[in-house]
Amino acid sequence: MSKVNITINGQALQVDAGMTILEAAQAAGIDIPTFCHDPELTRAGACRICVVEVAGARNLPASCTTPVAEGMVIETESERVQKARRSILELIWADHPHDCLTCEKTGSCKLQDYSYRYNVKESPYKGEARDIPLDDTNPFFFRDLNKCILCGKCIRKCHEINGAGAIDFMYRGFGTKVTTAFDDPIEESSCVFCGMCVDICPVGALIPKQGLQQGRSWEVDKVLTTCPYCGCGCTFYLHVRNDKIVGVTPNFDGPMKGHLCAKGRFGWDFVDSPDRLQTPLIKKDGEFVEASWEEALDLIAAKLKEVRAQYGADAIAGLSSARITNEENYLFQKLLRSLGTNNVDHCARL
Amino acid sequence: MEAQTYRVRVGLATCGIAAGASKTYDKLLPLLAEHGIVPERTGCMGMCFSEPLVEVISPAGETFLYGNVTEDKAEIIVEQHIVGGKPVEDLLVLSNVKETENSHFMAKQERILLSHMGVIDPESIESYLAYDGYKALAKAMQMSSEDVIKEVQKSGLRGRGGAGFPTGMKWNFAYQAKGDKKYVVCNADEGDPGAFMDRSVLEGNPHAVIEGMTIAAYAIGADEGYIYVRAEYPLAIKRLRKAIKEANEHGYLGNKILGTDFCFQLKIKEGAGAFVCGEETALLASIEGERGIPRPRPPFPATSGLWGKPTLLNNVETYANVPAIFRLGAEQYSKVGTERSKGTKVFALTGKIKKTGLAEVPMGITMREIIYDVGGGVQDDKEFKAVQIGGPSGGCLPAELLDLPVDYDSLTAAGAMMGSGGLVVMDETTCMVDVAKFFLTFTQSESCGKCTPCREGTKRMLEILERITEGNGQPGDIETLEELGEAIRDSALCGLGQTAPNPVLSTLRYFRHEYEEHINEGKCRAGVCTNLITYYIIPEKCTGCTLCARNCPVNAISGERKQPHVIDPSVCIKCGVCMEKCNFDAIILK
Ligand SMILES: Cc1cc2nc3c(=O)[nH]c(=O)nc-3n(C[C@H](O)[C@H](O)[C@H](O)COP(=O)(O)O)c2cc1C
Ligand code: SF4
Ligand code: SF4
Ligand code: SF4
Ligand code: FES
Repeated sequence: MSKVNITINGQALQVDAGMTILEAAQAAGIDIPTFCHDPELTRAGACRICVVEVAGARNLPASCTTPVAEGMVIETESERVQKARRSILELIWADHPHDCLTCEKTGSCKLQDYSYRYNVKESPYKGEARDIPLDDTNPFFFRDLNKCILCGKCIRKCHEINGAGAIDFMYRGFGTKVTTAFDDPIEESSCVFCGMCVDICPVGALIPKQGLQQGRSWEVDKVLTTCPYCGCGCTFYLHVRNDKIVGVTPNFDGPMKGHLCAKGRFGWDFVDSPDRLQTPLIKKDGEFVEASWEEALDLIAAKLKEVRAQYGADAIAGLSSARITNEENYLFQKLLRSLGTNNVDHCARL
Repeated sequence: MEAQTYRVRVGLATCGIAAGASKTYDKLLPLLAEHGIVPERTGCMGMCFSEPLVEVISPAGETFLYGNVTEDKAEIIVEQHIVGGKPVEDLLVLSNVKETENSHFMAKQERILLSHMGVIDPESIESYLAYDGYKALAKAMQMSSEDVIKEVQKSGLRGRGGAGFPTGMKWNFAYQAKGDKKYVVCNADEGDPGAFMDRSVLEGNPHAVIEGMTIAAYAIGADEGYIYVRAEYPLAIKRLRKAIKEANEHGYLGNKILGTDFCFQLKIKEGAGAFVCGEETALLASIEGERGIPRPRPPFPATSGLWGKPTLLNNVETYANVPAIFRLGAEQYSKVGTERSKGTKVFALTGKIKKTGLAEVPMGITMREIIYDVGGGVQDDKEFKAVQIGGPSGGCLPAELLDLPVDYDSLTAAGAMMGSGGLVVMDETTCMVDVAKFFLTFTQSESCGKCTPCREGTKRMLEILERITEGNGQPGDIETLEELGEAIRDSALCGLGQTAPNPVLSTLRYFRHEYEEHINEGKCRAGVCTNLITYYIIPEKCTGCTLCARNCPVNAISGERKQPHVIDPSVCIKCGVCMEKCNFDAIILK
């Protein structure tokens, strides 16, 4: 790949042609704030927080969409840049609830982080503010659009990665809003509750319902694990506090790039469910009674032998599960064949 | 019989039709039939101030343009002029053999683009062909692509859609761009309030635009094109459809153009009338069926446009200039205009100007010449205050700048911009803060909502302007407006946001005192901001006629008959009816 010479904050760099200014800066360890940028989504250039100063340019281009060019001289934190960023933050704060004290996003919120970084305490603009009712029509997450900064990442995730296309922008100007078709509650839309929008929302507009008030982002242990629901092997971080799971965040560096389905993203409450089976159960006198694994496996072995002796091996059939790995499925069919039957199937084919 | 050789034309563009020209035409049809004359239809003649317009051309070639020709006046014209041979002096607006009070309207104009407007029948390709139509295409197709582009470059033509980008250079980018498929797109969205140049060209001379686009397609190697025209322009769309059909049938468009292997399929895409869809990337998104919101540039449309293919996008007037360049030759064409702004520009003259209408003037003409010589000056001879040029992206220029040459660079330097050609004249009764508020209201409601500075920033600027005009301005508001305006200009995604602060910043630059008066003295010198004015009856002048009291809709006026009356300011809603009604000029604004 051909290279171009650029200067960022006085540092001479040689970078790949075709890179954006943001990518070049990141590669050089220079942090530029972003709200609407996500490396796997179409470049929107919407929030404008990432603007930088390029010598000779009339205005401040967005670093996330502007490609580097030979000889470009870039300042990422000049006074003019900081002024523009402050102005953008002040504009956002003019219509954003001052709710950091109880907001679940505190600690992992980009608006909060950048307001700290650029010392924006409040907005000089006092005027109309949105008053959109909270959407809590589904079991998985709240949508508090009064906190939405309209970066559009949720929309692009939904269209470009999931394909559900459940949400899009509606209205214009100050009335712009992320909605479902006809502004129906999200539960009545084509949303499949993968939660990918929840995970990339830079602010607290989309908040999982589980784990409320169960711990700040810095108070939880994040444990990397593999989802047990299917054989795909998606990984994610379980948030653990006091030996309890209180949340999930995707592993964006994993093979699935953080793309999860509704089960993996939200379906972990079974772990501590009182209904959950903790031991095998054996029916005795018409009642299920708790048993040890030893007991249970002995019983299965005895029954299998009995059936094979009386009716032949083909009276036995095995059904395995999509929730176990390929290796485990391999062993399972091996077991059945060693019993002398080819009657083996899998729940995914049902 | 001499009458048989008279020709009669009726201006049937939207401006004419709105004034009743269709009825005039229908009236003339049977009347003229008796004399064996079929009245011709034509587009906008530019003199919208006196529509409906009917032109009578004598056998000797003398032209007599009649104005305000209602049905009854049509009868008079037929009787007196066609039958009697005597021009109807009372109705005469313009003539090539007689000085009229409107002669000045044409004197300073330079009609290249509009030379056939008001002459040819826009619904007939034969009529276009009779005036050298499609000769430019034939000439261009004798040349190589490179030479066609060089000719356009040599002409110095710059985009008429607003920013004035050099057209030849843009064509060259699109030509150089690699792609198995290329498009040519015409921007006929024309969303500026008060602008109607593009509509008039499409209604009056649609073939000129089609010919320009076809030459462009030949030059860059495109085989498909779109005209993006707002659905609110039904007549333009109808005439374009007809023109495209006829051009296809005559081999100037479609397959095997002029018998060669060059093919160019032209389609119309109707826009739903969002101002932002005039922005080129939003326009392309809209053609693709997406929400009409701007995309980041680069990539520019010339390299990656419609469906990711190289796309040449120009304005209506830009394309309509192209046939003239090839007809006249680039050298001749570029003799008109200034060093860096070549050719002519069509302006829509509106606001408090005597002659509202369409005028084509050479680049470099002064604002004063346009307003006073072409437009006849300010209505009712009031005092000129400002001229707004460039629509919501432009600025307001004060009387001191009346001698500014009208070209791309001078206007930009003065804080305005050429824009698409809307020109709104304002007099002493216009409040400049109110004007700024008008444009911000427009840009805020037309902002697509995509980027933060424009969506949120124009809202807050508007709120401050509303506060000032309501009499609640605060110290520091002016500085906030300036700072915020500069931040939006610096950081917004597209031209809409980048230029949205211009009406505020330019009025702050030239009319700062009016803002200060509103904020510090609670005064609106134009008497527009109702919270800042009180109606007052001068006791010495009041005769006690009771007329005002009887007309006040909220009974705010009291007083005995034949005794001076008084207005109760706590009740008055400042509608101004009393002042209008008073016959003794006893009511004033304070
Ligand atoms: C908000 C906005 C509205 C615009 N509206 C129009 C329009 O109505 N017509 C037009 O020709 N250009 C319009 N433009 C300019 C176009 O983006 C583009 O620059 C132009 O059509 C290019 O043609 P030209 O080079 O022939 O001028 C608009 C730009 C902006 C930012
Ligand atoms: S909900 Fe979140 S991700 Fe979606 S647009 Fe709003 S701020 Fe962005
Ligand atoms: S979304 Fe962020 S900035 Fe907004 S209230 Fe929550 S923590 Fe604070
Ligand atoms: S500047 Fe305004 S119109 Fe343009 S992209 Fe931003 S919000 Fe949309
Ligand atoms: S991160 Fe670049 S514009 Fe939003």
